[in-house]
Amino acid sequence: MALPTTPVPHALPGSGATLLASDNRHEMTKPSPVLSLRGMTKRFGSVLAADHIDLELARGEVLALLGENGAGKTTLMNMLFGQYTADAGSVHVWHEDGAEIILPPGQPQAAIEAKIGMVHQHFTLAENLSVIDNILLGTERLLHLNRNRRAARAKLEALMIHSGLEAPLDRKVRELSVGERQRVEILKALYRDVRILVLDEPTAVLTPQEADTLFASVRSMVENGLSVIFISHKLREVLAFSDRIAVLRHGKKTGEMVTADADTHSIIRMMIGEEHDMPERTPGTPRDSVLKLDGVSIHPTRETRGLSDVTLDLKGGEIVGIAGVSGNGQSALARVLSGLLAPNAGGIEIGGERLAALTPRAALSHGIGRIPEDRHHDGIISALSVSENLVIERLGDADVQRAGFLRRASMAKNAEALSAAYDVRGPGIHARSALLSGGNIQKLILARVLETHPNVILANQPTRGLDFRAAAEVSRRLIAARDAGAGVILISEDLDEVLSLADRVLVMHAGELTETESRDRASIGQLMAGHAA
Amino acid sequence: MIEIVPREQPSRRLTTGVPLLAAIGSLLLAAIPLAFAGAPIFEAYGQMFTGVFGSLFSFTEMLTRATPLIFTGLAAAVAFRAKLWNIGGEGQLYLGAMAAVWVGTGMIDGPPILLVPVVLLAGAIAGGLGMLGPALLKTRFGADEVVTSLLLNFIILIFVQMMLEGPLKDPMSLGWPQSEPIVDEAVLPQLIAKMRLHAGFLLAIGTAIIAHVIMAMTVWGLRIRAVGENAAAARHAGMPVKRIFLAVAFASGALAGIAGVSEVAGLKGYLTSDLSPGFGYTGIVVAMLAGLSPLGVVAAALFIASVFVGTDSMSRAMGVSSFLADLTVSMSLICVLLGGFFARFRIRRVRTEDAA
Amino acid sequence: MMDILQIFLSDSFWAASLRIATPLIFGVLGALLCERSGVLNLGIEGIFVVGAMMGWLVAYLTGSLWLGVIAAALSGGLFGLFHAILTVPLGLSQHVSGLGITMFATALMSFAYRTIFPQVATPPRIEPFRALDIPVLSDLPFLGPVLFQQTALTWLALLMVGLVWYLMDRTALGVAIKAVGDNPDAVNAQGLSVMRLRIGAVVAGSALMALGGAFLTMSAFDAFFFGMVNGRGWICIALVIFASWQPRKALLGALLFGMFDALQVRLQTMAGAIVPGQVFLMVPYVLSIIALIIAARKADYPRALLKPWFKGQR
Repeated sequence: MALPTTPVPHALPGSGATLLASDNRHEMTKPSPVLSLRGMTKRFGSVLAADHIDLELARGEVLALLGENGAGKTTLMNMLFGQYTADAGSVHVWHEDGAEIILPPGQPQAAIEAKIGMVHQHFTLAENLSVIDNILLGTERLLHLNRNRRAARAKLEALMIHSGLEAPLDRKVRELSVGERQRVEILKALYRDVRILVLDEPTAVLTPQEADTLFASVRSMVENGLSVIFISHKLREVLAFSDRIAVLRHGKKTGEMVTADADTHSIIRMMIGEEHDMPERTPGTPRDSVLKLDGVSIHPTRETRGLSDVTLDLKGGEIVGIAGVSGNGQSALARVLSGLLAPNAGGIEIGGERLAALTPRAALSHGIGRIPEDRHHDGIISALSVSENLVIERLGDADVQRAGFLRRASMAKNAEALSAAYDVRGPGIHARSALLSGGNIQKLILARVLETHPNVILANQPTRGLDFRAAAEVSRRLIAARDAGAGVILISEDLDEVLSLADRVLVMHAGELTETESRDRASIGQLMAGHAA
Repeated sequence: MIEIVPREQPSRRLTTGVPLLAAIGSLLLAAIPLAFAGAPIFEAYGQMFTGVFGSLFSFTEMLTRATPLIFTGLAAAVAFRAKLWNIGGEGQLYLGAMAAVWVGTGMIDGPPILLVPVVLLAGAIAGGLGMLGPALLKTRFGADEVVTSLLLNFIILIFVQMMLEGPLKDPMSLGWPQSEPIVDEAVLPQLIAKMRLHAGFLLAIGTAIIAHVIMAMTVWGLRIRAVGENAAAARHAGMPVKRIFLAVAFASGALAGIAGVSEVAGLKGYLTSDLSPGFGYTGIVVAMLAGLSPLGVVAAALFIASVFVGTDSMSRAMGVSSFLADLTVSMSLICVLLGGFFARFRIRRVRTEDAA
Repeated sequence: MMDILQIFLSDSFWAASLRIATPLIFGVLGALLCERSGVLNLGIEGIFVVGAMMGWLVAYLTGSLWLGVIAAALSGGLFGLFHAILTVPLGLSQHVSGLGITMFATALMSFAYRTIFPQVATPPRIEPFRALDIPVLSDLPFLGPVLFQQTALTWLALLMVGLVWYLMDRTALGVAIKAVGDNPDAVNAQGLSVMRLRIGAVVAGSALMALGGAFLTMSAFDAFFFGMVNGRGWICIALVIFASWQPRKALLGALLFGMFDALQVRLQTMAGAIVPGQVFLMVPYVLSIIALIIAARKADYPRALLKPWFKGQR
C-alpha cells in the first residue's frame, strides 16, 4: 500500500472543542512552541505502528502521552530520537532564539544536538562503568586522550544541587539502587543541557514517595523553562502532574485535552475507545489452607534481593495480593514457589507435606500452577509450536506420549480445545509461538496452567504489558479459578491491580512481607517505602 | 542508508533453498582461487565432476569419504540443537578409534556378530566420555565448552601419538607409529567387491534416520529442542535441563566416536595419528549446511565428500593445491551463514535525504 | 629438586618464558579488545595463520621485516573486518562465524602458500628479527639477557600492553568500548554508533592477533609451516577469561603461561627418559583448561558478549 506523503489531520468527535480549550490556555501563558511532530508514520511489516501522528509541545509545558501498550508511544519517541527512521513525517524543533530546524530522520546525534533528552523505561546505563563515565559517555571526543574532568565534575555538582537529584559520581552503576539509577538517567540528559525531556514510565520502579520527589524536581526544572513529554499509563499521576494530555490508540492520535478539563473516564474512553469494565471485585470465600510458608529466608545475591523470614498462610478460595516496588524480594519469593530457588532457611508446607525446597517438578506435582513474571524468558519456548508449548509442563502424561513417541494427534486436539476455550489467537496451533502477540502468549500460559486445575496459582505480574481487554480477561480467569477453590498469590507492582483483585493485601519491602488490613493507598505506600504504618 | 528488517515469518522458500544456494555459491567462488592458481577453470570443474561421478570406483570413494562426515555432522547437529557447542569432534573421533583398536585387536575373541557391535560400542562410549568431560566442566564450573572441547582435540591427538609409540604400537610395524590391525572378526565388511566402501556407510545412513526420528517424533527430541531454544523456560517447565544437556553431550561425542570406529574398522584397518584429515571440524560445516537436520546431514556430507574427492582428483591432474577443497568447504560455511541471514531478514533502503 | 631450582635461577629460562609469551600477549590483547566490545572472535586461530603467512611472505618478497609486520596487521585486520561484518551489522552467530573465519583463513593461507611455492624441497626462509642488542643494558647480569636480548616484536608486544591499558582505562574511546560490550543501548542513547565501535574494536583486535602470528614466522622461526599456530589462538581465548579482560592481567597470564611452557621444555630434557615426551607437549593445553576452570566461576563476562544488537528493532 502506498503511503500518502502529506499528513492527514485526524478530526475526532469533540476534538475541536478540546483543541480550542488548549489554544485558550496557550494564549494565557504566551507559549512558544519548542517541538512539533508532524505526520509521523512508521510501519513494521504489516503493522502500522504510527499513523500520521501530530504532536505539539510548548515551552515550559508538561505533556502527558497516554496509550495502551502497542498504541505507538514508544515508536513515536523512537522516531523523535532517530532510533527508528520514520517512513513519513518530520520533526521540527525551535531554538531559544526562535529559529526553526528540522531534524534529519534516523540520526540520534541530531536529536541530541537539538537538546532533546530521554529517560528510557529500561535504563540505558552501562553497569560496568562509573556514574560519571555513563554521564560523560558520548560527550567527550573519543580520541581525546587526557580526560580533563574537573570542568565536567563542577558542572555536575552544580546540576545536582540545582535539580535536587543526587548520585554518587564515582560508584559503578551496578552497585546502585533503581532509584539512584533513575536519577543518573535524568542527570545524563540534564548534563547535555536538554530543553526537551522525555520521561518514559518514570515511576514504574519507584515507591509513591520517590515518585513524588521526582515530580517535584521535574516541576522545578519546568519552571525554569524545561519542556517535558511524560509517558505513563498511571492515570492518577497524569492528572496530577501534566498540563496537557495526548492520547494514542492503534498508532493514531485519538484525542488531546487540557488536563484541567480531563477526568479518568474521559481519558479511558479515548484510550480504549469504549467504556472499560474492570471485573468488579467479589469477595472470596476462604477455605482450608493450601500452602504455608514458614520463616522462609533467602540470602541476597548481587542480582537479586533476598527474603527474610517470610511467613504466609494461603487458603483455598482467596486471592492474596502482594504489593511492593519491584526488586524488594518478589522475584525471590516467586522463584521459591516456582521451584527455581531453594530457601536457605524455613520450610514450605503444601498438601499436608512439609518440604525444605521445591523443584519445578515438585511444584507441578503438588499442584502449583505458575504464571511467570517474564513470559518470554520463562513462560514459553518461542521456537516451539503452540501445541508443544501447551504440554511442556506435562510431557510424561499418557495423552502426550506413548513409549516416548509424541502423540501429535492428541496434542493437536488438546491445543485446538484450549485455544478455543482461552481465545488464543494466532496463525494456528502448529505455528511457532514466537508469532503470537504478548496477550495471546499470556493466554497460552494461562490455559496451560489452569487446565490442570492447580490448588495454588502463582501469578507474578500477570497483566504487565497487556492491553485493557487482555488484562481484564486474565483477571477474570484468576477470579474464576479462586471461586473454584484455588488459592491465588498475585504479585504485582501495580497497586491498583492488587487493590482491585486481592482479598488480602500484603506488602513486600526489603525482603520482608507484612500483612495490612488497610486498603488506603497512602498507608500502603508508607509500607512500600519501608515505613511502619 | 539501509536498514535491516526482520521478516515476520522466515521465508520458507529461502530457508529450504539456502543450503543448496550456499553449496552452489561456494563451488562458483572456488573459480577465483582456481584462476589465481592459473588453472583452466572449466576444465578444472570438469575434472572435479568426473573425479566423483566418472566411475563406480570414484563414486564409491565419495560415499566412503562421506561416511565419517555423516557421523561427525550428526554429532555437531545434535549438540548444536541443544546449544551445546561441541567443537571437539576431531578429538572424540580419535578416542573412538583408539577404543576400537584397544578392544578390536585381540583383547576379546568372538564371531563378527558379537565383535562388531562391541567395537562400535567401545568407540561410542569413548567418544561420549570425551564430550561428557567438557560438558561437566561447563555445568560444574561454567567453563566454556567451546574452548575446552577445542583444546581437548590437541590433547587427545598428542595422546594418540603417545599411545602409538607406546602400548598400542604394532611391534611388526618396523618402527612406524601405528597400531596393530583390527582382527578380521571386528572389521566392517565391504559392500561392493573391489571397492573400499564398507558397511559403515549403511550404519551412518541408519544412524541419521534414527536421529531424525528421535529429534522429530519423540519426547526426548522435544526436550533437546526446548533446552536449546530456551533453557530457562525448559527448567521452569520442570525439565531436567542439566541431565538433558549432559545426555546430549554424551550422544554427540558417541556419534563422533563411531566415526573413528568406522574409519579404523571399515577403511584403514589400523590406527595412525593421521587417521582424520579434520573430519571433526568438517562435521561442523556439514551440520550447518544441513540446517542441523539429521537427514540434511546426509545430503550435506555427500556434497562435501564430493568436493574433497573431486578436488583431489582435479588437483592430481592439474597440479592445483588440494587445499582448494578446504577452501571451498570453508566458503560453503560462510555462504550458508549469510544465506540464513537473508532468509530471516530483509534489507531495505530507507530515505536519507535531509527533509529540509 | 636442585635442578628445578637451577632452572628458575637461569636467565635463559626467563628469556624463553618471555619469548614464548610474546605471541600470546598479542593474541590475548586482541581477544580482549574484541570481547570487551561484545564480540567473541573465534577467528583468532585463523587470523594467527594469516599473520604468520602474510608477514613472512611480504618480508620474503620485499626483504623488509617491518613491511611484513605491517602487512600482517593489515591482513589480520581485514579478516577481522570480515568477521565484524558478519557478526555486527548482520548479527550472525559469533561462534559459527568465528569458526568459519578460522577455517577460511587457514585454508586460504595454505592454498596461497602451496600455489606460490608449488614444490620446494626445503621451505624458503627469511632473515628473522634479531635480538635487540642494546649496549650496556644487554650486559647487565640476569636482566640483560632476559629483557634486552629479545627481538623488536617482543618489545612491541610489551608496548601494546601499555597502549591497550591506556586506551581502555584512560580514554573516552576505551570507556565507550567497555560500555558497548555491557549495554549497547547505553551507547546508542548517547549518540555513539554501536556498529562503528564494535567493528573498530574487532578490526583492531584482529590486527593484534595477526601480529602474534607474525612473531611465529618472523621471530621465533624463519619460515612458514602448515599447522605452526597449533592451537595458540584457542589458548588465548581461554587466557582472556583468566585475565578477566584486563590488559595488565593479560600480560600476567601470558607470562605465567610462557613460564610453564618454558619449564616443561626444560623438565622434558631432564625427565625425558622416564616420561614420554608427549606428556610435556600436552602441558600448554592442559594448563589452558585449568586456567579456564579456575577463572570461569567468577568470570565477569561482558554482559553483551555474543548478543547481536540491531538498531531500532522491536
